[in-house]
Amino acid sequence: MNLLMPETQVETRNAKLETDLKEIAQDIVRRAMAGGATAAECVVREGDEFSTVVRLGQVETLKESGSKAVGVRVFYGKHAASTYSSDFSPKGLDRLVKSALELAKITSEDPYAGIPEASQLGSIAGDLDLYHPDVYSLPGQERISYARRAEKAALDYDPRIKNSEGGSFDAATGHKVLANSHGFVGEYRRSYCSMAAVPIAQSDNGAMQRDFWFSVARNLSRLESPEHVGKTAAQRTLRRLGARKVKTAQVPIVFDPLVAASILEHIFEGVNGDSVYRGASFLAGKLGQKIAADNVNVIDDGTMPGGFGTSPFDGEGIPTRRTVVIENGVLKSYILNTYTAKKLGLQTTANASRGLAGTPGIGPGNYFLQPGTKTPQEIIAGIPNGLYVTEFLGHGVNLVTGDYSRGASGLWISGGELAYPVEEITVAGNLKDVFFNISEIGSDLEFRGAVASPTIRIDGLTVGGE
Amino acid sequence: MVSKDKDKFFFQHYGLTEGDVERYLGAALSAGGDYADLYFEYLSSTSLMVDESMVKSASQGISAGCGVRVISGERTGYAYTDDLSPERILHAARTAALIASGPAKTPSVGFQEKPARSLYPVTLPSVDAEITAKVELVMRADKAARAYDPRIKEVRAGYADELRNILVIGSDGTWAEDIQPLARMNVSCIAKTDGNSARGTGGGGGRVALDFFFGDKSPEYFADEAARQAILQLDAREAPAGEMEVVLGPGWPGVLLHEAVGHGLEADFNRKQTSAFAGLIGKRVASEKCTVIDNGTMPWRRGSLNVDDEGNATQQTVLIENGILKGYLSDKLSARLMGMANTGNGRRESYEHIPMPRMTNTYMLAGQDDPQDILRSVKRGIYAVNFGGGQVDITNGKFVFSASEAYMIEDGQVTAPIKGATLIGNGPDVLTRVSMVGNDLKLDEGVGTCGKDGQSVPVGVGIPTIKIDRLTVGGTAKRDVGGFMQ
Repeated sequence: MNLLMPETQVETRNAKLETDLKEIAQDIVRRAMAGGATAAECVVREGDEFSTVVRLGQVETLKESGSKAVGVRVFYGKHAASTYSSDFSPKGLDRLVKSALELAKITSEDPYAGIPEASQLGSIAGDLDLYHPDVYSLPGQERISYARRAEKAALDYDPRIKNSEGGSFDAATGHKVLANSHGFVGEYRRSYCSMAAVPIAQSDNGAMQRDFWFSVARNLSRLESPEHVGKTAAQRTLRRLGARKVKTAQVPIVFDPLVAASILEHIFEGVNGDSVYRGASFLAGKLGQKIAADNVNVIDDGTMPGGFGTSPFDGEGIPTRRTVVIENGVLKSYILNTYTAKKLGLQTTANASRGLAGTPGIGPGNYFLQPGTKTPQEIIAGIPNGLYVTEFLGHGVNLVTGDYSRGASGLWISGGELAYPVEEITVAGNLKDVFFNISEIGSDLEFRGAVASPTIRIDGLTVGGE
Repeated sequence: MVSKDKDKFFFQHYGLTEGDVERYLGAALSAGGDYADLYFEYLSSTSLMVDESMVKSASQGISAGCGVRVISGERTGYAYTDDLSPERILHAARTAALIASGPAKTPSVGFQEKPARSLYPVTLPSVDAEITAKVELVMRADKAARAYDPRIKEVRAGYADELRNILVIGSDGTWAEDIQPLARMNVSCIAKTDGNSARGTGGGGGRVALDFFFGDKSPEYFADEAARQAILQLDAREAPAGEMEVVLGPGWPGVLLHEAVGHGLEADFNRKQTSAFAGLIGKRVASEKCTVIDNGTMPWRRGSLNVDDEGNATQQTVLIENGILKGYLSDKLSARLMGMANTGNGRRESYEHIPMPRMTNTYMLAGQDDPQDILRSVKRGIYAVNFGGGQVDITNGKFVFSASEAYMIEDGQVTAPIKGATLIGNGPDVLTRVSMVGNDLKLDEGVGTCGKDGQSVPVGVGIPTIKIDRLTVGGTAKRDVGGFMQ
């Protein structure tokens, strides 16, 4: 297949910088339809990124760039195929469309294939607070100084902080356009900035520990101060020094919000329509049934202003929405895109995620566990002997069976207090039981990404150690 | 000068000239700096997926761009463009140049082209092969998996290939061009009985042409493997928890080496003294039965490269010899700053990424022991033959890898299959507990992808059967039930 091979470049491609992305997307859809497609969908993405890492006070890397790419999905009846490219020359775009049309001839007829109905398409109204060009407003030296200050705060915090993987500052903006042959065309811009510190502490015997902290926001003014990020990173690192192994045991386990979010993701993967229709999930067929403890309420909301999982429409052009996934422990909804909804005889939850290539997948909006009332300290105080997990290592999760076994580290809980650091242990159980055994949910819900959880306590898991 | 290159890919397709290249490098060094390089990349790829016996998706794409890097002391400036017009590349070069602050430097005149090497001499790259042949592969895999056993209810088979054209030009005279094919098949199955289900996966490939999949490593071979695992797992019992003897089977379990020692020996971590292996060269880090190699020069292998992504020839590097730590994996930056040889391990995911030291194919040499003797020597333990992925914290050395197919060993006999469990250990000392090394070194089938700092690159692993005297297994079985009292 040489259809996408570039010719010797003749025209200057500078002109593309000024061309309206919406026009490009609509033009590609028109070309696909003119070429014989029965339906077509085009996504154009443009982005800029800046990142810097400062290590031991010196700039280590500085990276700055922009990129732009286009993807098209075409249908011949119930046959689908897709192509993508970063070549925006007229010849390049022509090849993009022709290749997709050609490729659709070899795929199978799938009765459920297609783009959404015209009546489903649209964008939610109002300012979603997603785009703040101020992420780029800092002069270069100021950006570097954010990274430097975060690292310095960590290094200065305690003499046992002896080394560092650096402080960093990142900023990015993205612009996305989606158009399809039902006449839908939508676009949105999003901005992002983040700062992190990764210090390394060393104990007297030479053993090293590393941890991190970060802040992330859609605009610069909402970032935590570099000093706060650095100090928190240092505290998280220092408390790991002198970590030991523990005996194999079954004890209550408290998961801090970052690791709890990763457990919550297993529910998302388990109710993801793609796993459900194939019966590849331990939660398939459980709609309307109890799958978790009474106190568990899980929401997916793609409409929250300023959210990291917010967008006006999903990857297929359907307005985003708020979906109650679990209510009082009962599974109320799967998470679906158009295809998986059709397969299951349900309505999409507007969770289509669209990269440049292939068929749309399924991704979260702002997906979270509703907070409870206790502080993390109160939850820990109720445990005479247990484990507080602050980090997972590895991905030992089998969604088909629910079997769960991951490496972990954290702190041992003794007499209701964090007593000493532990490491080189595993946490294992089966996810079918795990969510029923969420016995406490903290009040500390905070979004540091599209998926968030407060602190949680889970009973009945096995801690593997010596 | 390298006039014979002028008919090559980027000259032919993008009108690049040697004068352009000199101008770009000049702009990159316009504010000083020790070194600059240009990385041109043109990547075309195809993927197909069959699900429910239908080819549901087919995709093709092109990604092309140029990354410009400037090194000044320990500092790296980087910028890239997906628009290969001279003005955009010059803009990227001037942006990357901002890392340095000094008088302009002049790049070396006269490029040295690397001697040609051909570890993957495909005549017809698979991206250019007939798409119908690829459709046949995924359909055959689907059919074979379903035919394996009536309990196989769901099958997904995927095929993906790519062809990467790269051109690396450095201000030190480096000039390297390579054409890198890569292809792989993957099959995943779900077996179901009343109230019970299990999954299995199979797959393989390499820097090979399409005909590879029409030989021994056929769709049926990978499909049978996936189906076999899924059926086996239906009867798996709970895995034990705690420390015990562990025997690893040959091949993919070499992921142990990748996580436990490989990452910790990448030179960047050791230059910065952030690795648990820092300062251990010449010291014992494994039993004397262990010799561990990283080898980027194995023909057709997924982790192999004629040249790395900085234009250096790859090589075979001894990491651990008879238990003694011998060396690190380096790239240009770490080799220069640490005063050590460049081992040709500078790799990057794409033109959008800064290169860093990465593994290629990492494996342990075969030993003297008969694999059956190794199993017979174990009173109570587990025998792990297949794994999912793994992860390591290079600073404290802790690593995990998750078994996807494992069995109990009781009184020297391999008995019941057990459910997947994570194994966790400490990199700098796990290999000191290797008491037996089999004579059956095997490399993996060619599906590995390694992630580091957000960059993914294809890699290979391999290992003979080995016995580790003590390792923590993360199962769920109560110890009094499983008999694993300490």
